[in-house]
Amino acid sequence: MTAYIAGIYEHPTRFAPDKSVSALHAEVASGALKDAGLSLRDIDGYFCAGDAPGIGPMSMVEYLGIHPRYVDSTDIGGGSPIAQVAEAARAIDEGKCDIALITLAGRPRAEGQSPATLTRFREYPENEFELHFSPALVSRYAMCAQRHMHEYGTTSEQLAWIRVAASHHAQHNPNALHRNPVSVNDVISSPLISDPLHRLDCCVVSDGGGAVIVVREEIARSLKQPLVSLKGAGVALGYKLGVPFDITASVGIESGSAAYLEAGVSPSDIRYLSTYDSFTITVLMAIEDLGFCSKGAGGQFVSDGSLISGNGSLAVNTDGGGLCNNHPAHRGGITKIIEAVRQLRGEAHPAVQLPDLALAMVHGTGGTLDQRQGCATIILERE
Amino acid sequence: MIDDKWDWPMENREFWDASERGILLVKRCIDCEKPHYYPRLICPHCGSHSTQWTESCGKGRLYSYSFFRRANPPQILAYVTLAEGITLLTEIIDSDYEKLAINDEVEVKFRVDPDGRYIPVFVLVK
Repeated sequence: MTAYIAGIYEHPTRFAPDKSVSALHAEVASGALKDAGLSLRDIDGYFCAGDAPGIGPMSMVEYLGIHPRYVDSTDIGGGSPIAQVAEAARAIDEGKCDIALITLAGRPRAEGQSPATLTRFREYPENEFELHFSPALVSRYAMCAQRHMHEYGTTSEQLAWIRVAASHHAQHNPNALHRNPVSVNDVISSPLISDPLHRLDCCVVSDGGGAVIVVREEIARSLKQPLVSLKGAGVALGYKLGVPFDITASVGIESGSAAYLEAGVSPSDIRYLSTYDSFTITVLMAIEDLGFCSKGAGGQFVSDGSLISGNGSLAVNTDGGGLCNNHPAHRGGITKIIEAVRQLRGEAHPAVQLPDLALAMVHGTGGTLDQRQGCATIILERE
Repeated sequence: MIDDKWDWPMENREFWDASERGILLVKRCIDCEKPHYYPRLICPHCGSHSTQWTESCGKGRLYSYSFFRRANPPQILAYVTLAEGITLLTEIIDSDYEKLAINDEVEVKFRVDPDGRYIPVFVLVK
């Protein structure tokens, strides 16, 4: 698998009452193409997921006026674009396309759409047994946190450090929704939304989106941006059958292992991680599942500001992440890729840029952490 | 009675009929003998199409829970591990959140949903 990320773009808006979802997809596509030095006419592969309006990729292909030879709209939740980088690389390898566009966009804030409504479809087979409880996403993640606290002694203060690190990074991001640095005390004294998770344990609701361009090696070398290649990838789906039952780990264990294996690297080689942060517990479990510490040691690992760039062995989400910066369409996948590429190019804000960074990991946890989930992990390299 | 307005799939009708009589059913595979949740026609452990309903004793332990304060009324969402070994998504009712602890013993009660189904929820065993 050889492919390069040649273009990235994160929409600066966080509130888009005057734009359609398709217009947002089009704007992020243009932004990423401009970043790569390409145009819409060059696109011959297109990737999107459930946030794109219409049946699969069909409406967006028409809206953009592109004629891709290869399309894919596999949806594994908010981490879909991370899996699609790997899918695009595979398609490029097989000669099915040369220049692939991945878009993600939405306007849940303008539409007043709560993430709690995301899975309220009667047709889902699980919902005959779940829908009557109207289980809020935050309550599901809160149960993971509660059990993690019970099994490993994880504390609310430790979870709060994840938000503290995100806010510390976000103060340098002019587009971030929340730019004020917060303290552990600010987090644990913010209102409890679903115990044990507080308001500041939850990500933002924002409009906007982002896009990524994945290209063949020869094309990457002919373009203007620094070379960032895909070195390894893994995708895994997880679910519970009632027995055995464990909600303190995700299938990030599997997607992460596959990515390490393909890239030929180990956790100690990774100094920067973009990881899904729908809630603070999502980050804590991912750090364990990706092998940066042992299961149960995540609370200690994230404490004392260790995730802040320059402080510890691993910097996380230097754009402020979904917790403080942006979570367009309730989906955190695309912004995670974008900040990792910025880090590898040396284009992150100077206050958060890691010096001489050669490798970065991007990890997504979509769906629900307690039940059916899709995890995707990629490892990117600066040449 | 729920007959006239039943518009869920028929494959789990026996579960809801039993619930109406105060009995919690668990789906178990005849071939591999493992239980599963949520109930379905095929066994998700081995792929067998031979599954059967078995009666649960209705008792279990609190696996995890959360307290959604904004819900009206506030909701204790929970996972309960039944004595039969499976863990299901449910709610804890008639209980003070502050007094709950993981591994607490709980037992099933049924609450009538607006669509007529009797929904299994749990209370603390005193």
